[in-house]
Amino acid sequence: MRFKTKKGKESPAINTSSLPDIIFMLLFFFMVTTTMREVTFKVKMKLPEATEIQKLEKKSLVSYIYVGPPMNSKLFGTNTRIQLNDMFATIDDIPEFVQIERQNRPESDRKMITTSLKVDSDTRMGIVTDIKQELRKSGAFKINYSSRRKAVARKR
Amino acid sequence: MARKPPEINAGSMADIAFLLLIFFLVTTTMDVDTGITRRLPPPVEKDIIDVPVKDRNVMKVLVNSRDMLMVDGKQVDVSMLKDLAKGFMAIYPDDGEHPETQVKFIKEINKEITTSKGIISLKNDRGTSYAMYISVQNELAAAFNEMKNDMSIRLFGVKYTQLVNKDRIKGVNSAVPIRISEAEPEDIGGS
Repeated sequence: MRFKTKKGKESPAINTSSLPDIIFMLLFFFMVTTTMREVTFKVKMKLPEATEIQKLEKKSLVSYIYVGPPMNSKLFGTNTRIQLNDMFATIDDIPEFVQIERQNRPESDRKMITTSLKVDSDTRMGIVTDIKQELRKSGAFKINYSSRRKAVARKR
Repeated sequence: MARKPPEINAGSMADIAFLLLIFFLVTTTMDVDTGITRRLPPPVEKDIIDVPVKDRNVMKVLVNSRDMLMVDGKQVDVSMLKDLAKGFMAIYPDDGEHPETQVKFIKEINKEITTSKGIISLKNDRGTSYAMYISVQNELAAAFNEMKNDMSIRLFGVKYTQLVNKDRIKGVNSAVPIRISEAEPEDIGGS
């Protein structure tokens, strides 16, 4: 039997008419499972690991305080900085921040605001203690030490 | 005869979808917020009188600036903290060494429960690393979670995490209150 050479024959075109559908499916998957980024991070954070963690329930009732060394260390150095919303801030800005966060929520929910502290694990406790003192003074008592789930299973 | 509507070219549909997809990939995050939730105490007034607490009712946990842990005067490893805390909060009504106990009536479950009067006092230096602080908090949280679990099994025969009834959860929470007191900040040094 003679083998036919495929020379001269064009390869068949792949049907791409369902490609948009596939991409749309991916798009919807990502739209449903992800949330919008609230801020651009200006500080680096490697969150500490813990095992006894709870999920933060209502995202709309959480305000965030970021603490860590600046991303752009050439411009801002490597000292630990606090980030509120999109800007670097100091300890003294925290009461105002708490006030604004409170005013942005409906009055019935104001007591349930949780402050999530996203702090780099190499930070010294001094700055965290200062933040906690400011939060206490301004009446934001519910706090959450943001941490990741430890990968290793604990021995029970 | 009706004319056929002109066909729309759908060839670029995939490109548009890709564009949208990439936009959402870039602007959104997938991480769920998790962490250890705690309640801060209200600020103290300046001229408040320190409430005397009996020495046997307090377990002092100190973390110094070199991330070393001391419990009641002895240096220990973080891994031992959970068992120490559980042992401290365990209930021995007639033992003078252990913290005092009190019988509390918990209305959610309509029962009287003996609870410990012990307090775990946590104190850290300004130089302690945040990672160390979280691991200490985590161990203490683990101790209290295990105690809640034990209490839940004792009362209802179900694990604490599997409780559904809100009254029962509240009942266990008040039967095993999280008694961690964080000291007012000060430098304890430790070099």
